[in-house]
Amino acid sequence: MKYTFKDFKNDQNVKWCPGCGNHSVLASVVRALPEVCEDRHYDKENIVFVSGIGCSSRFIYYMDTYAFHTIHGRATAISTGIKVANPKLSVWQATGDGDALAIGGNHFIHAIRRNIDINIILFNNQIYGLTKGQYSPTSKLGLVTKTSPYGTVEHPFNPGHLVLGARGTFFARSLDSELQLNKEIMLRAAEHDGTSIMEMLTNCVIYNNGTYKDFSDRAVRADRTITLHDGEPMLFGKNKQKGIMLDGLKLKVVKLGENGITIKDILVADSHSDNIGLHTQIADMKYPDFPVALGVIRDVKDMTYDDNVRDQVIDVKKKSKIHSVEELLHSGETWTVK
Amino acid sequence: MRNKIIDVQDIVIRFAGDSGDGMQLTGTLFADASALFGNGISTFPDYPAEIRAPRGTVAGVSGFQVHIGNGRIKTPGDYCDALVAMNPAALMANAKWLKPGGSIVLDIDAFDAAGLETAGFKTLYPLKELNLEDHHVVWAPITSLTKESLKDSGLDNKSILRCKNIFTLGMCYFMFNRPLEFTENYIERKFGKKKPLLVEPNKKVLNDGYNYAHNIHAIASTYRVAPAELDPGEYRNINGNQAAAWGLLAASEKSGRPLFIGSYPITPATEILEEIALHKELGAKSLQCEDEIASICTAIGASYAGNLAVTSTSGPGLSLKSEGLGLATMAELPLVVIDVQRGGPSTGLPTKTEQADLNQALYGRNGECPVMVMASKTPSDCFRAAYYAAKFAMEHMMPVILLSESFLGKGSEPWKIPDMKDFPEIKPPVIKHCDGKFKPYMRDPETFVRNWAIPGTPGLEHRIGGLEKNEAGEISYNPANHEKMVENRAAKVAKLADYYPAFTVEGSQNGDVLVVGWGGTYGHLSTAVKEMNDKGLKVGLAHFDYIFPLPHETEAIFSNFGKIIVCELNSGQFANYLRANLPQFKYLQFNKIQGLPFMVHEITDAVEALIPKNKKEK
Repeated sequence: MKYTFKDFKNDQNVKWCPGCGNHSVLASVVRALPEVCEDRHYDKENIVFVSGIGCSSRFIYYMDTYAFHTIHGRATAISTGIKVANPKLSVWQATGDGDALAIGGNHFIHAIRRNIDINIILFNNQIYGLTKGQYSPTSKLGLVTKTSPYGTVEHPFNPGHLVLGARGTFFARSLDSELQLNKEIMLRAAEHDGTSIMEMLTNCVIYNNGTYKDFSDRAVRADRTITLHDGEPMLFGKNKQKGIMLDGLKLKVVKLGENGITIKDILVADSHSDNIGLHTQIADMKYPDFPVALGVIRDVKDMTYDDNVRDQVIDVKKKSKIHSVEELLHSGETWTVK
Repeated sequence: MRNKIIDVQDIVIRFAGDSGDGMQLTGTLFADASALFGNGISTFPDYPAEIRAPRGTVAGVSGFQVHIGNGRIKTPGDYCDALVAMNPAALMANAKWLKPGGSIVLDIDAFDAAGLETAGFKTLYPLKELNLEDHHVVWAPITSLTKESLKDSGLDNKSILRCKNIFTLGMCYFMFNRPLEFTENYIERKFGKKKPLLVEPNKKVLNDGYNYAHNIHAIASTYRVAPAELDPGEYRNINGNQAAAWGLLAASEKSGRPLFIGSYPITPATEILEEIALHKELGAKSLQCEDEIASICTAIGASYAGNLAVTSTSGPGLSLKSEGLGLATMAELPLVVIDVQRGGPSTGLPTKTEQADLNQALYGRNGECPVMVMASKTPSDCFRAAYYAAKFAMEHMMPVILLSESFLGKGSEPWKIPDMKDFPEIKPPVIKHCDGKFKPYMRDPETFVRNWAIPGTPGLEHRIGGLEKNEAGEISYNPANHEKMVENRAAKVAKLADYYPAFTVEGSQNGDVLVVGWGGTYGHLSTAVKEMNDKGLKVGLAHFDYIFPLPHETEAIFSNFGKIIVCELNSGQFANYLRANLPQFKYLQFNKIQGLPFMVHEITDAVEALIPKNKKEK
């Protein structure tokens, strides 16, 4: 391989708190990038990182690539401009649950709707860390924070549901500590033409410690999460004895061997399926009723905005009689004064 | 009896009707035909914010004023020589613009009791009520004649009624001695391919209108306006928004940097986005964004990626772009922001003209955030202004705000097509390689400009952003570094004035009164100053297109006059800016905040009042 992880990590001190989940996402990214460059024939100078504001948006300062730390909520719009201006660049975005889903919600859904080819790593720690502990649009109902001293009184977003509701073509989810899975997801996202959303469930050790521990603790993780592998039955549990079945139009947790359930009854993971409803149900699976789905949930092909913009320019150039400003100035109705 | 054809210096015609009556199109076609005939023209659309206010009401009246003449026409005219009113409300709303003795063309079919009442007339005698009885009035049954003309056309009733404006246009071509062929060609071009069934009916109704006006001999005097005495050359008609878009395309071509526009539709700036979207053949990319903020931010992204990046908007949109302007200033990326000003604050007067965004352009950001501010002077000048805004933005690595105005963006005039060879080169400081580690905020010691290192260039990988940085591009909270960087950014903007063209005074070079203006009031102020000079008054005009920083010559020019009067379409924003920058002078003010342009006589009245009587009489 042309690059190693050292080519992408710069010499700046990483300033996240010790134990912050962001450290392992950073490690995953710098380990994925050499392979991304290999697979998609990128040189390092073609990789651009963009971020907004928040703890996770500091991410870009630790990369040795082109990178732009922008303003709160607007990273997605700036990424869009970069990619449209130069579709040859591989654009990656680091953003948080506040940056992408609160102040930047509008840009987020419209980027997904347009399916512009950018790779968005959504660090979801369900809290505002940089401003020191206020609730976010993904905080659980009732969460006590500095701005909700008596508990929040609003439902959170499930980012997966939001992405798929906006016609998302790629959605994946992982836990900060799942380094190998993170890397796999990033390679898939890089491979995907269109907006790729990678939700990283990250733990904020200071303001929201253990928000995912119900299913992320090593002791229970196998039983309370399910990692999807395309073409394989959706099995989970320590001995893979439990599975997800489609019962009518609804998902159901079943046990192999119980009530005559066999492996053939288990739903087979298929991120490439056109069935956005099923993908939404999988993204919606919540502990304790269901295991939380990890891995690539949806990955379908569709036209991309940056390709269309570029192709339209090429097409119009071919058909037009005007090829320069000089010709434009003299086009249409003109007259001569002698 | 033969009609008397008279030559006049110039005439102003105002077309007015319901906002659904097609008056903007009628006026535009008349203006185009006159321009192609060789007249100097200037136009002024005056239409309501509501696309379809209740029919027949004064609120729903849409107007379009055309000034044609045989010299260079700088303004759409104050009062009109002829008013075409398609219904009572149009007459009610526009009678006040009519010159004494001016002509009126009315659709008698629309002047029934109900129509008069909806328009707010108290009697059945509108002319008497408005004291218009001494005017020359043509009562034409426009609706019924249009119906009759097209009864065998195969069109449905609704489509037939929509041709009323073309019938009226035909009448006007007769009245003002304009040939029909330009509009016939337009009809063929517009409908020929897509709606061939509409070609013949539109041509027929145009000719029938022309013939009707001819047949009734109702027009006592037909004006003939001789072709304008313009410099030799090839001309075209252009409006300000189109000119701005073309100026950007020209700057893109000259600099070799592809054009990107991120924008969100907003009156009266939308045509800039539309025009660039139309010209993909020149490589321009246009992105209609989800909002004003995304518009500036996509543009900032495109600029980072090496494009000539632009966002166009009007006042409320500029408010939303403030934070983005701060980022572009901090990241030191080129960006052109065009604000086609309208009446404010808030939603204000969306379709009316005003110059009240100056303070916002100068100061509307957090922190120490100086941004270059320019203004365009006439519709066609928007081409030059946009070109130079792009040149300054790219060569000096900074955002530039170009202030246009509704009056310019929507107004049009004949434009001598420039030779692109006469426009200077644009050489952005794009860097391809460097020895050692690239430092993004290393500056040219002369201009204080940093290099443009574009992603995709090997070896120049770097980080920039909204946080304060040191020269190497690392985040820095160092107090001395922050102060230094604030000073550097300010010095970079201050240096711009070294690169301006010479700033000169029009009219008297010294004397009693200096008229000071900026932006779109140029036509009116220049005409007023010329009128006063013709009377022998020693009045000069200093009209600013570079606003921040001020041209170096400003102080010397101001010193040459006894009095300075700052004329602007706001409550005194430029005057206050001058007071802050050149406090040694006393600034008088003449302001108008009615959503309308100045009138020439308003300026001459105000200025002449400042000149002692004995000087006037010498």
